[in-house]
Amino acid sequence: MESGSLATELLRPPSPRRRRTDKAMRALMWTATFIALVPLVLVLYYTLKKGIGALDWEFFSTDPTGSFLGTQGGVKSAILGTLEIVGFAAVVAVPLGIGVALYLTEYGGRGRLAQAVRFFVDVMTGVPSIVFGLFIYLVLVLGGTGGSTFAGWKGSAALALLMLPIVTRSSEVALQLVPGSLREAALALGAPRWKVVLRVVLPTAASGIVTGSLLAIARAAGETAPLLFTSTIVKGTTFDLNEPMNSLPAQIFQDLKQPNDELVQRAWGAAITLIAMILTLTLVAKLIQRRSRGKGAT
Amino acid sequence: MNPQPTDATGEAAPETTTGGRPQNVPVVTEDGAAGTPNRPAPGGRQVALSDLSAYYGDHRAVKEVNVSFSAGEVTAIIGPSGCGKSTMVRCINRMHEEIDGARAEGQVLIGETDLYGPDVDVVAVRRAVGMVFQRPNPFPTMSIYDNVAAGLRFTGAPRSEIDARVTDALKAAGLWEEVKDRLDKHGSGLSGGQQQRLCIARALAVEPEVLLMDEPCSALDPVATLKIEELIGELKERVTIVIVTHNMQQAARVADTTVFMLDGELVEVGSTHKLFTTPEDERTERYVSGKFG
Amino acid sequence: MEAATHQVSSGGRPRLGRSPASRLPDRALRYGLTALSVAVLALLAYFFVKLAVESRLVFEEEGVLSYVFANNWNVADSIYGALPLVVGTLITSALALLFGVPVAVAVALFLTELCPRKLRGSLTIVVDLLAAVPSVVYGLWAFYFLIPKLKPVEQWFADTFHFLPFVAIGSVPGPNYFIAGLVLAIMLLPIVCAISREVLATVPANLKEASLGLGMTRWEMIRISMLPYARRGIVGASMLGLGRAIGETIAVTIVIGDSPTLGHSIFGQGYTLAAVIANEFNEAAANPLHKSALIAAGLVLFVLTLLVNSIARFAVMRSERQSGRPIAGGGGL
Repeated sequence: MESGSLATELLRPPSPRRRRTDKAMRALMWTATFIALVPLVLVLYYTLKKGIGALDWEFFSTDPTGSFLGTQGGVKSAILGTLEIVGFAAVVAVPLGIGVALYLTEYGGRGRLAQAVRFFVDVMTGVPSIVFGLFIYLVLVLGGTGGSTFAGWKGSAALALLMLPIVTRSSEVALQLVPGSLREAALALGAPRWKVVLRVVLPTAASGIVTGSLLAIARAAGETAPLLFTSTIVKGTTFDLNEPMNSLPAQIFQDLKQPNDELVQRAWGAAITLIAMILTLTLVAKLIQRRSRGKGAT
Repeated sequence: MNPQPTDATGEAAPETTTGGRPQNVPVVTEDGAAGTPNRPAPGGRQVALSDLSAYYGDHRAVKEVNVSFSAGEVTAIIGPSGCGKSTMVRCINRMHEEIDGARAEGQVLIGETDLYGPDVDVVAVRRAVGMVFQRPNPFPTMSIYDNVAAGLRFTGAPRSEIDARVTDALKAAGLWEEVKDRLDKHGSGLSGGQQQRLCIARALAVEPEVLLMDEPCSALDPVATLKIEELIGELKERVTIVIVTHNMQQAARVADTTVFMLDGELVEVGSTHKLFTTPEDERTERYVSGKFG
Repeated sequence: MEAATHQVSSGGRPRLGRSPASRLPDRALRYGLTALSVAVLALLAYFFVKLAVESRLVFEEEGVLSYVFANNWNVADSIYGALPLVVGTLITSALALLFGVPVAVAVALFLTELCPRKLRGSLTIVVDLLAAVPSVVYGLWAFYFLIPKLKPVEQWFADTFHFLPFVAIGSVPGPNYFIAGLVLAIMLLPIVCAISREVLATVPANLKEASLGLGMTRWEMIRISMLPYARRGIVGASMLGLGRAIGETIAVTIVIGDSPTLGHSIFGQGYTLAAVIANEFNEAAANPLHKSALIAAGLVLFVLTLLVNSIARFAVMRSERQSGRPIAGGGGL
C-alpha cells in the first residue's frame, strides 16, 4: 500500500487519539451498567440472606404477637392487609383512571377542560405519596369519616390517589396509539360513538392499559409512608376495610426499629415477600407489553 | 385526540392559490340524471349533491359542488391531490364533520332525503352510506368473522341474521373461499389485498345503499388492485359506488361516469369514455393528458 | 327498530332519524366521563385548599417567610423554622441527581447503542427491576448494609479531603446526607434510565447513519448526533427523577439521621421535609401548632415537586415536539 494515495487516505483508521476516546467511553458505559447492577444484586442478595430463614409456614400463617418475650409470630395479617388495601385501591383507581383517559382521548380533544385535566393529572403524578397520606389523614381520619379512626379503606384511598394519575397517563398513551383509522372505520359502519369507544377503541388499547395499570398497582404496593397514618399498623388479621389494617411495608418499617433479632429477621422475610409480590406484578406487566408489541397489534 | 382522518389531511393542504379564477359552473357533458326520479333500483340509490361546500376551519376545501351519482353505477372522482375529492366524498357519509373544526354546507340527497336535514341522525346516515378507506383497517382485536359482523352488532341487527349476512358479505367481497376455514383467526394475518376486501365485506354486511371508496387500492400491489377493481364491477349490482382515485387508468377501468375536480371545484362530469377522450373543459383535457397533476 | 332506520324512504317517508332513547347511551358516556374528569379536578382543588387551610395556623404564628427560611425546628419550644428540612431535602436530592443521572444516562446509552442484541432484553428487565424494590427495602438495606460498609470510606474521605467545601473533619455519623443521596440515586436510576432510553430511541436512524457514514467512531456519533438531539428529553427525565427524590419518604427517613439542624458537611446528619412528616406525625396529633407545621411541610414539599415537575414536563414536551412523537414512559413512571 502506498501512503498518500487517495484510497489509503480514505481507508485510514481514525487517529489513535480518537480511537482511545472511543474505547474509553465504551468502557465507561460498560462500567456504568455494571455499577447500576451492583446495588440491585446487593439488595436482593442481602435481603435473601437475611430473610430467607424467616420464611416458614408459621411466617405466613400467623399474625404478629407483639409480645415482649417469646415468639413474635409471622406476618399473615400484613400480607392479607396489603392485598386488601392495594386491591381495593386498584378497584377504585383503575376504572376512574381509564375513564379520565377516555375522556381525554375520545371527548376532550384539545379543548380547554381537557388541557386543564391533563395538566393537573400531571401535577398529581408529581405529588409525593406522603402528602397524599397527609391529606387522607386530615380529611378522612381526623374528619372522622366512618368513625374517627384509622381504617384499611382510608389507606386504600391514599394509594388510589397515588395510582389514579399513573393509570390515567399510561392509559391515555395507550389510547392515543389506537389508529384514528379504526375509529373512522367503526363510525363509517354506523356505530354510535359510545360503541366505537367501548367496543373498538378500548379493546384495541387493552394490553397497554393493563400494563400501565399493573405497573401503577406495583408502584402503590411498595408504598409505606401514606399507610402509616391512614391504615396504620396493627397485629391481627382483619377482612373488614373499616378496621385499622396491617400492611407489609408498614410492618417492615415497624419491625426494623426494634432491637430484636427475630423481629429484624421477620422484617427481611416480609421484604422478600413484598419484593416477590411486586416483581410478579411487574413481570406480568412487561410480559403483556412485550406480547402485544410482538404481535404489532397496536 | 379526535379520530384523525389520516387519509384526508393531505386533501386539506391549502392548494388554493387559484387567484381570481371565475367560479366555473361545471360542464355537464351528459345527462347526469339530476332530475330523474328515483329508480326502483336493486343496485343502490341515486345520490345528489346540491351546493355542497366543505370547510376546514376557514379554509373552504370543497366549493359549492352540484353533481349526482346514478344508482347502480360506478362513479370515479379524479383530480390532483389537494383538489378536495376525498373531502367531498367524506361529506356524503358525514365523516367530514368528525374532524375538529370541519363542517359542511349544502345538501346531500339520497333519494329525496337530505342527509344534512334537521331530523337526520348521523349514525343512521353511515349505515346507509358505507365507506372503504385508503389503507385497510380491520379491527385488530377481532377475528375475521367478528370484523364482518361488527357493523351488524354495532347497529343491533337481529342475532339470527348475522351468520347469513356475514357469509353473504364475504362472498360478495370475493373473500369467502379464501377465509371460510379460518373465520375465527385475526384479520391482521391476511395479506393487504385480503384485508381490504375484508373491509369491503365489513361495509357490505350492513347493506348500505351507497359505498364510498377513498383510494381503496393506493396501498395495494397491482395483483390485489386488479382483484378489487373486478370486485367493484360486480358490486355495482348491489350498491351505488363512488370511488376516489388518483389513478386515471383505474378510473378508466372501473367507472361508468367520471368526475374531474380541481381546487375544490367540480370542473367536469361525463361518461368515463367521453371525459377521457373528448373532454369539454380545457383543464380536464390538460389533466387527463398528463400535462399537470 | 334500528335495523329499519336506514331504509331511506322505504315507504315514501324518509327515515334517517333515531329515537331519542337510542342516543341516550352516547350522552351518558360523554357526560359521565366529563363529570368524572371535572370531579378529579375538584378533588385536586380540595386537596390543595385543605392543605393550605390546615397549615394556616403555623403560617400565622411564624409568618410564611420565616417558616420556610428560619433555621430553627424546635418542637419542645414550639418554634417551627423549616429551613433545615428544606435544605436537607435539596441536598439529598441534589446528591441523588449527581450520582444517579450520569450512571442512568450511560446505562441508557449502553442499552440503546452498545449492548449485544441478545443481552438487551434481559438487561432492560433487570434495570427495570430496580424500580420494583420497594423504598422501605432500600432503606432497610442501606441502614444495615450500606452504612457500616461505607463508613470507613466516608471517614477516610472526610479526613483526607477536609479542605474541600462541604466536607469537614471529624467523626462521620452512620446515617447522613451522603448515604441518603446515594440511596435516592439508586432509586431514581431506573426512572431516569427508562425515559432516557425512550428519548434516545427517538433519534432518527438516518441521523446516526449520517454520522457513521462520515467516518465517526461510535462515541463521536453519540456525542455529536445523539446527545444534542436527546438532551432536552434527558433533562426532563432527570427532573422527573428529581421530583421523586424530593418526595421520597421512608428510605430517607431511615438513613438521614433525623436531626433538624443544618449539617455543615455532606457527611452530616440532617432531616428532610418528607421524613419529618413521617416521623413526627404521631406525636403531633394532639398539638395543633405542631400538626399545622407538619402540614405546612407537606405543602412546601408539594410546591417544590410542582415546580420541579413543571420544569420536567416542559422539557419533555419540548423534546416531544422536536421529535414529533409522544414519549410513552413520560407519565407512566
